[in-house]
Amino acid sequence: MQINFEDERPIFVQIADGIEDAILTGAFEESGQIPSITELSVSYKINPATALKGISTLVDEGIIFKKRGVGMFVAPGAVSKLRDKRKELFFDHYIKKLIEEAKKLGITNEEILGMVERGYQE
Amino acid sequence: MNGIEINDVTKTFGDTLALNQVSLTFEPHKIYGLLGRNGAGKSTLLNIITNRLFADSGQVTIDGLSSVENDMTQGLLYLMSEKNLYPESMTCNEAFKWTKQFFKDFDLDYALNLAKQFKLDPRKKIRSLSTGYTSIFKIITALSVNTPYVLFDEPVLGLDANHREMFYRILIEKYSDNPFTAIISTHLIDEIANLLEYVMIIKNGEILVNESCETLLSKGYSVTGTIKHVDTFIADKEVIGEDVLGGLKTATIIGPINKSTLPDGIEITNLDLQKLFIKLTNEE
Repeated sequence: MQINFEDERPIFVQIADGIEDAILTGAFEESGQIPSITELSVSYKINPATALKGISTLVDEGIIFKKRGVGMFVAPGAVSKLRDKRKELFFDHYIKKLIEEAKKLGITNEEILGMVERGYQE
Repeated sequence: MNGIEINDVTKTFGDTLALNQVSLTFEPHKIYGLLGRNGAGKSTLLNIITNRLFADSGQVTIDGLSSVENDMTQGLLYLMSEKNLYPESMTCNEAFKWTKQFFKDFDLDYALNLAKQFKLDPRKKIRSLSTGYTSIFKIITALSVNTPYVLFDEPVLGLDANHREMFYRILIEKYSDNPFTAIISTHLIDEIANLLEYVMIIKNGEILVNESCETLLSKGYSVTGTIKHVDTFIADKEVIGEDVLGGLKTATIIGPINKSTLPDGIEITNLDLQKLFIKLTNEE
């Protein structure tokens, strides 16, 4: 997980996105424990309030749950929940940008489809 | 009322106006950055809060009580200052014991543990310590006093990069375990920017910025591109700084980003606290 301080996204969003990525790749498993607020703050040298804000968004979405006095865990079913959420964002985040850049370069619809095919085969 | 409240404080030294009608509040359990160039008035402010200097006019209250000549409020504060106030022939061990006499919540075991982590031999005399280790000795004391308000004036002076990292790490751990108000005055802004919840910038004895770090940094952005592109883009915007390198130009803008009107050939980056600080405090 990487925090890029020049990124357009605020740091708390990057923390939440980074944990989501780790859950999607299996680095944090469902029902497994994730680092505490203190550990996150210390390793990224960020204010604990910032780390807490990032985690809270995941708690609100039901991706992470807290066990009082024990720590924070990945909720069962978090992976499929995250996949659904990311799929919804996929068009906005990737396809729109792809088409924008393609138009700039004069790449046609057919050419893109060809490239997508090639990408899947590689 | 909780927190440190500074109300309309003015302080002069001869002809020099060090603080000009400064009003500020430091809330409990937050980490503040007190930033300013040399001579801006940071240390004067910290010294007035802790009663080492007296304001010409205005009031300072700690948890609602006046700070002037008040042992009770002064017991709530600890200032780690540039000056060393312990007799120089004292060893660190003795200094820790004396600190315990004045601050009943001083945690000696914790201090000795930190000394071990920093490899400071507490049997050494304070006088014999290098600049870096003098700072380390003062940091250890400040982190062990357990007062609700701890003021750090240039805590990382002379510290190497490893020791600075250790200080930031221990500060976060300490703050997470047992929240307190930390007011940190430093010139190494980049290193500490993300640790701060609030930022206060002093310039020529006046408060220029007093805001949450996140709000402050979301107030503007930087754009980079060819001179022509950037000039067109910034024509109707509030620009606080411009840099040109060859045919490329970077401009720092205050105002909301409107991504839908973003022209081609312009790249956007976030504001960074150190760059913003430099732009705001440069004397033109």
